[in-house]
Amino acid sequence: MTNDLIHATAAELAAKIHSGEVSSVEVTQAHLDRITETDGKVHAFLHVDTEGALAQARRVDEAVKAGEQVSPLAGVPLALKDVMATECVPTTVGSKILEGWIPPYDATVTRKLKEAGVVILGKTNMDEFAMGSSTENSAYGPTHNPWDLDRIPGGSGGGSSAALAALQAPLAIGTDTGGSIRQPGAVTGTVGVKPTYGGVSRYGLVAFSSSLDQAGPCARTVLDAALLHEVIAGYDHMDSTSINAPVPPVVAAAREGLNGDLSGLRIGVVTQFSGEGYQQGVARSFEAAVSQLKELGAEIADVSCPSFDYALPAYYLIAPSECSSNLARFDAMRYGLRVGDDGTRSTEEVMSLTREAGFGPEVKRRIMIGTYALSSGYYDAYYGSAQKVRTLITQDFAKAFENFDVLISPTTPTTAFKIGERANDPMAMYKADLCTIPANLAGTPAMSVPSGLSDEDGMPVGLQIMAPALQDHRMYRVAAAYEAARGAFGGPSL
Amino acid sequence: MPSISRDEVAHLAKLARLAVSEDELDLFAGQLDVILQSVASVGDIATADIPPTSHAVPLTNVFREDVVRPSLGQQQALSGAPEAEDGRFRVPRILGEEA
Repeated sequence: MTNDLIHATAAELAAKIHSGEVSSVEVTQAHLDRITETDGKVHAFLHVDTEGALAQARRVDEAVKAGEQVSPLAGVPLALKDVMATECVPTTVGSKILEGWIPPYDATVTRKLKEAGVVILGKTNMDEFAMGSSTENSAYGPTHNPWDLDRIPGGSGGGSSAALAALQAPLAIGTDTGGSIRQPGAVTGTVGVKPTYGGVSRYGLVAFSSSLDQAGPCARTVLDAALLHEVIAGYDHMDSTSINAPVPPVVAAAREGLNGDLSGLRIGVVTQFSGEGYQQGVARSFEAAVSQLKELGAEIADVSCPSFDYALPAYYLIAPSECSSNLARFDAMRYGLRVGDDGTRSTEEVMSLTREAGFGPEVKRRIMIGTYALSSGYYDAYYGSAQKVRTLITQDFAKAFENFDVLISPTTPTTAFKIGERANDPMAMYKADLCTIPANLAGTPAMSVPSGLSDEDGMPVGLQIMAPALQDHRMYRVAAAYEAARGAFGGPSL
Repeated sequence: MPSISRDEVAHLAKLARLAVSEDELDLFAGQLDVILQSVASVGDIATADIPPTSHAVPLTNVFREDVVRPSLGQQQALSGAPEAEDGRFRVPRILGEEA
């Protein structure tokens, strides 16, 4: 029974809970037990909220018993990335600077999950301030990939994706600034979606790079991701960059995709994302996916987006620049860590000592890169040029979408690398985000859906699908059709 | 493209209010140099005629009605403060820093 519950999809669990076949408390307890059994090895969670999860589960069970209409995912457990503020539950962002901080309010995403009856199991591990591609930059130790515990689960949202792969939760929330939902999804064999920028509120999401940060759903199936997408998306007056437009019909699109017909759909293969630096097993998995999409009726052709070659350098100027500004709020005065306040030191000295003690090396590197890129004399050459590249990338997307409904590429050039392998080489680490960054710079939606396992190392590979802004449903349709054609590819043994 | 010196990294750390150690200065000077050399390639295609994009979604100012809504109370706002006194944030001395 327990085994069935942890293997079930969110859609299946919701149906069973709402029909009274099982209780949300049973489902929640099964997942809490699974966390207890496996998280010593995986370390997906930074905080498990047993009491809060069971209380929410009981509320849903009572509502079901009373015959009340409950929302589509009510009673289903979820793992929440520790970047989202949760009232009365610790929120660390993977950083020592917020160790022990208990937010006095909920992020909009948190609030929407609670209102929809979703059961929040706890907070998941992440690279500090979402800066990283391996979850090794967490101040609380790395998360391990359930497929091979010696390998990284991707990042920054490695905890959320690892929790899905380890059957600790059927649903999770991530945030994606340069690929932090999609790349962990790819390397753990799970689905990860970055919605259109502005589609999901950033209120209460601890800011890294505000013009790029976007929260989104993570799941083991495309339909589950779509169901979660509709719970968290929508206009929010608390976020001035929130888009005031209807939520794209992603659930209907995922269901439509399951009929397996993509006749007439035009798919562009981005030629920039292949060749040197791409692992053979990843390339072969991608070729197989292209063949399957053709069999489903899609018309597939190559498309060149030359400016995408400059997306990585542009990103590693824009994101650090925004982070150097955003992280100025960690000043040791209003919340979080304070170090060195011995009565003799000034505010500025305490601030510098606290930030030195509270931030890890990658965060410091990015703050300094951003400080440099924004300083007078260098602004035009660095930040100014990066903003122009952003324009070119947006234009390349627009041109490509004149001829294609969606674009595809591998999600990431390699499968999960070994823990420690790239830890001392920032540029090598940054390359994990090569294919995912353009969509962040353009604000367009993109997702990763598993394309099976690499024949070289048996590790999961991801297929990235990109769509124009507010056309999120297009990629869900393609992903659902592909997922059904691809079939099952097994799971990790823990 | 000019390379970044150890002294420049020390200056950046000061601007960013990071009391970095001597060892970190050595480490970061090398790493920042590699990163900056690498990202400088944006200059290769960023010609004068291209307008910059600061934000993916074109937005103008967002206005809303000026109405009173519930917000954090004083106690909640101070709940995460390292130190508080008389309903206020208590901070280290802010005057005479250059003394």
